[in-house]
Amino acid sequence: MDIELRNIHKWFGSIHANNDITVTLKGGRIIGVLGENGAGKSTLMKILSGFQPADSGEISIDGKPAVYHGPQAAIANGIGMLQQDPLDVPAFSVLENFLFGLSLNRKEARKRLVEISQRFGFDLDPDTPVANLTIAQRQQQEIVRLLALGVKTLILDEPTTGISAEQKQLLFDTLQSLARQHGMTVLLVSHKLEDVIALCDEVIVLRAGKLVGDRQMPATTQQLVRLMFGQEFAPPTRERVPLGEPVLRLDGVLLRDKRLTIDTCTFQVRAGEVVGLAGLDGSGQELLIRACVGLVKPNRGSIVLAGQDMTGKPYRHYLQCGIAFGAAGRLEEGLIAGLTLTEHVALANETDPLIDCDAAREHTANQLALYNVRGRAEDPIEQLSGGNQQRLLMALMPEEPLAMVLEQPTRGLDVDSASWIWQQLLARRASGTAIVFSSADLDELVAYSDRILVFYAGQVYEIDDASTVTIDDLGHLIGGEFEGSGAGRRLA
Amino acid sequence: MTKNQTLLNLALTLLPIIASVVISSILILAVGSDPRGVFEKLWEGAFRNSNALAGVLNFWIPLTLASIGLVVTFRAGLWNIGVEGQMMMGAVFASWAARTLVLPTPLLIPIEIAVAMLGGAAWGVLVGLLKTRLGVHEIFGGVALNAIANVFTIYLISGPWQPPEGGSAQATPPFPDYTLLPELSGEFPVSLFALVLTVVAIGAIFLALRGTRWGLELKATGKNPRSALLLGVPTERSALSALIVCGALAGIAGAYRVLFTYDSLRPLASGGIGFLALLVVLLVSMKTLLVPLVAFLVAALFTGSTRLKVALQLDQSLADVLQGTVVLMVLLSNGLRERLALRGRVGEGEPETEFKPIAPVTTEAPTYE
Repeated sequence: MDIELRNIHKWFGSIHANNDITVTLKGGRIIGVLGENGAGKSTLMKILSGFQPADSGEISIDGKPAVYHGPQAAIANGIGMLQQDPLDVPAFSVLENFLFGLSLNRKEARKRLVEISQRFGFDLDPDTPVANLTIAQRQQQEIVRLLALGVKTLILDEPTTGISAEQKQLLFDTLQSLARQHGMTVLLVSHKLEDVIALCDEVIVLRAGKLVGDRQMPATTQQLVRLMFGQEFAPPTRERVPLGEPVLRLDGVLLRDKRLTIDTCTFQVRAGEVVGLAGLDGSGQELLIRACVGLVKPNRGSIVLAGQDMTGKPYRHYLQCGIAFGAAGRLEEGLIAGLTLTEHVALANETDPLIDCDAAREHTANQLALYNVRGRAEDPIEQLSGGNQQRLLMALMPEEPLAMVLEQPTRGLDVDSASWIWQQLLARRASGTAIVFSSADLDELVAYSDRILVFYAGQVYEIDDASTVTIDDLGHLIGGEFEGSGAGRRLA
Repeated sequence: MTKNQTLLNLALTLLPIIASVVISSILILAVGSDPRGVFEKLWEGAFRNSNALAGVLNFWIPLTLASIGLVVTFRAGLWNIGVEGQMMMGAVFASWAARTLVLPTPLLIPIEIAVAMLGGAAWGVLVGLLKTRLGVHEIFGGVALNAIANVFTIYLISGPWQPPEGGSAQATPPFPDYTLLPELSGEFPVSLFALVLTVVAIGAIFLALRGTRWGLELKATGKNPRSALLLGVPTERSALSALIVCGALAGIAGAYRVLFTYDSLRPLASGGIGFLALLVVLLVSMKTLLVPLVAFLVAALFTGSTRLKVALQLDQSLADVLQGTVVLMVLLSNGLRERLALRGRVGEGEPETEFKPIAPVTTEAPTYE
């Protein structure tokens, strides 16, 4: 199936998100869609998959003009999209989710489901609730569903986030088989250039809403980066900072939530130190992070911040004592949809009972300029792109906190935005701020941490000197192979 | 906000009113009456002379007080169904003061009002504590506390505050004259004190929601308590303060009912005004300054409907039907408003929010602290 996009335009307010995009997507190929945050690639994919209409422009499929509104109509035209966070119903079983949009009875559907799963080697039990599946399995069930609906073009948005290496390989094999043997078009939106290099036949590159490149693979990482940003980036350099006094100390702490227990963990972070937390989602790092800021109370043990016992104190007390916390879900925990940028800055930085609107706006404008946030003071926060939201979150944090505790601070950000965030963090570290962060990106962990804690099902393994560990070692540790690893020691 | 949006907003506020007039006209025709006559009588009932207008104002005062209280709790994201019970507790506390204290009127009335505010606020904060400490949703807590307030009132009337001639559970004995809010004049029986208090309350709440940190914290808590907490907003204090303010205002409304509308405590003295206030707030979608206007329309409709029976032999419940139609139309137009807002929602760059829902949060962070 060939898709032709002609002169696609899309405006959001004053932002030209898609500017005159014309491109032909040939069937039987895997095409990477590249671009930094805010480049317009998600917008283009949403137009293609029917989630939003273009302001102007034409789409034709196999030479015939196609006009469709809504995802269902797009699917009817053979175009289906796999969202980054699968849009399924967790409480329903795999089979029930599979049934959406299909006009089959349960028996036929089950047969169909099993048949397609087997063809690609997916391990999907029709009767398991989707809530019990891994992200990779949920993707598989979405793929199976879209295939059953007769989709000929499959769009995937960051499909390799949060899935294991084996699952990634299976996904790649599947996509390759779909393109080569079934003649399908696969569009892969990804920040992970190594995935793009491994998989794609062709890449299209967007920058600031425009199509700036369309090239055949293979290409090197450097070539792709230059296409995306118009320049190359030097690898991060990290200076050693002399470590100061212990800032944050967890002493014999026992943490428990519904799913796991971290038993008797003792560790401390010193001023100017960067501690990275590694592990698959839900391995315990979130629990530890939230305990560090008082959002989870330890069942046993104590938490000391700069010599002061903080055990059992509320979160706001931690905040007042100089801890800054950033959660992974920016709009769920951190920013407030419906409030303007000015209101955010006023909430976080001002204390006066009366609000001086002009002063607040001016202060906000300064902060926006200082933190390189592209947006106006009176805009509601949800209008900003992910990178800008993350920069605003940084602007809301205190200037010189004792410690910054950050959950996946660069989640979903492109290379440029991520490196900007790290510049900020390292600058604060140089003035003595301790940094604790979690990440799903092993390169990031190794590049920036002084020390790494690896989490596996509530067990904690400490790597004393992050510069001695390889990505490969770290991968094994994350998988729970603590025994026999010479890189560090068990903590809990 | 652009001019177009302002116009659209106005249209969406007027739409349900116009639509309900049209629909009720059809209903009135269906029962074989003349819609024009009905609306004329309604108008007469509300505005034929100063006495009728005073009746409208007497309804408007408690309705407006309860409504602006609700604007505050709605701003904090709380569906304070308990406003009805908060009015009743205000009425009960005011009745206690009126029965117990012997003081000159100018001194007694402010005390009665203050005591009533205390009663309403206490009932409000209870809803809040149930929510923030025990996780009881404010709707369920509110409904339960409404029932308790009603039962408590009946207990007082048929028990300790029974009239000496024996309790028929109709009312307490009338309070002495010096405890009641004075009328402006015989032709225009309205309490000037309450009227001024209401206007002041509207202004104060409008300014507080607009230009104070308290108002901003309420808004933040209402839109996303979790994020607000993480930004350093004391969300529990914020939610409780909203309920205290609403409870206090509802308390004044309750006091007004027993110290002016009636002269004694009666079962259901609140007259369902708390529930009507919920309707008013839905109608104005939380715009403080529209509250007095819409409350006036509702009060006029309510007062005017008493005339229907006398003049047209139509049942007064026709007014309820009109009201019900209004509620439906309001809800529909609110849905329409949301839809339009969603369509017009401009995302700059790539709005991350829309199709990347909630990040996996594996640990339960508190919402109120």
